[in-house]
Amino acid sequence: MNIEALLFYIFSSIAIVSGIMVISSRNPMHSVLFLVLVFCNAAGLLILLEVEFLAMLFLVVYVGAIAVLFLFVVMMLNIRVTELNESILRYIPIGGLILLIFLFEILSVINGDLVPFFSSKLFLFESDNLILNQDLNIVFWTNQIDPTSNVEALGMVLYTYYVYAFIVASLILLVAMIGAILLTMRKRTNVRKQEIFDQVYGNINTKVRYVN
Amino acid sequence: MIYYVISWILEILLIAVPLLVAVAYFTLAERKVIASIQRRRGPNVVGMWGLLQPLADGLKLLVKESILPSNSNTVLFVIAPILTFLLSLLGWAVIPFGEATVLSDLNIGLLYIFAVSSLGVYGIITSGWASNSKYAFLGALRSAAQMVSYEVSIGLIIISVLLCAGSLNLTKIIVAQESIWYIIPLFPVFLMFFISALAETNRAPFDLPEAEAELVAGYNVEYSAMGFALFFLGEYANILMMCALCSILFLGGWLPPFAFLPFTLIPGPLWFGLKVAFMAFAFIWIRAAYPRYRYDQLMRLGWKVFLPLSLAWVLFTAGILVGFDWYPLY
Repeated sequence: MNIEALLFYIFSSIAIVSGIMVISSRNPMHSVLFLVLVFCNAAGLLILLEVEFLAMLFLVVYVGAIAVLFLFVVMMLNIRVTELNESILRYIPIGGLILLIFLFEILSVINGDLVPFFSSKLFLFESDNLILNQDLNIVFWTNQIDPTSNVEALGMVLYTYYVYAFIVASLILLVAMIGAILLTMRKRTNVRKQEIFDQVYGNINTKVRYVN
Repeated sequence: MIYYVISWILEILLIAVPLLVAVAYFTLAERKVIASIQRRRGPNVVGMWGLLQPLADGLKLLVKESILPSNSNTVLFVIAPILTFLLSLLGWAVIPFGEATVLSDLNIGLLYIFAVSSLGVYGIITSGWASNSKYAFLGALRSAAQMVSYEVSIGLIIISVLLCAGSLNLTKIIVAQESIWYIIPLFPVFLMFFISALAETNRAPFDLPEAEAELVAGYNVEYSAMGFALFFLGEYANILMMCALCSILFLGGWLPPFAFLPFTLIPGPLWFGLKVAFMAFAFIWIRAAYPRYRYDQLMRLGWKVFLPLSLAWVLFTAGILVGFDWYPLY
């Protein structure tokens, strides 16, 4: 077994196990930390696919920002350890439906290009590597990509062909952010606030007053 | 195969062991410099001029008893310092110490460092929660909020540097500074990066997480012996990491200040070390010179001053580069 396959099995099995632990652990804090572990392993899988830019973005955005906010909320809400047994059956129908949808999506993506079997020569292995010949129509997609770096390749496409989609996506995020701020903002009256600008630009003549 | 693994481990040890020695002597340097600023002598008993003091401190922490608080979450309590320490070492894998002297010459080295430093929050927040203590919890909350907020401005500052260099590869960023160090064209960004680095590593004047007057020592109150030592090592390794990043992004890494004779005699790694030492001295100097910020002032500085300013600088840099047709070709 070559080292990439080994790493793939390590990353994916840890990701699956900790994904199960996310929904089955009793402590919500542990759930979030297992979720972080899933993200980290997914980033590892992305690195194995040679999309290192996306992997790093995964770490920065999901692990470094979103999961930290999750953790904050879970810590601040002070949720007690949940009763697991009573509620697990309620989620089976909807969860099963989502599972079926995902399974259908994955199966519809997997086609002859990705699966090396179902051809005249089954399981043709020599030494460690899967032999590629015309009969087995497996395609290593990562080898088809030009050897430019990830960042350049993404930037070339994102800021030219998909510039409108990019701008629209950022505007949607901006609207969501403004909405969140508006929902939580309330003006409090009769609060003495520090006016830093005022303080910095004051001098002894404007700030110090002679009192008899 | 086996030789490959052995050489691999040796390479990692060759970075990690000198790093730990550097961290140990950085603590000594901190005590000595602060002592001389405050006109004291500092540690001078153990060894010549107190040079063995960090080793004595390390030995003391090693042989002390590790206390596990009875109401803590034991697994997370043990994992948290290990995580902090590991993450502080991880970033050093991509730091170029000299020309072609780097463990892993990643194409996205800068982003890797950013990702690793953004993971550093977890050790702190986990330790604060797992200790099941009010002081540790408050310290962890403060520290995590502070690190998350200043990461935003650090990210934007990194973007404005990499716009000038045209690459995320740290080696290429240094090579791009051959004609001029980025501290000169990007001086305000350098200052912002330095201040954000102070806040990111929880150093004075932003050391609110361990404000000893209000919270006893922040998130690591409940830790003793090796757990505390790992936090301490991790924190100081992070500081050195930030110093190294600062000297790579703005001070030209291993490059000498002028590319003619008396300066080029000194080898590149030595220049890099000198720059890192200078930045570390600045960290200590600031700790001795400035009083602590208030928490709302800290947050205001992060979100209302540095975020808009660094965003504006990104736009300004991009505008200049495009307007004068100066953007780097890759």
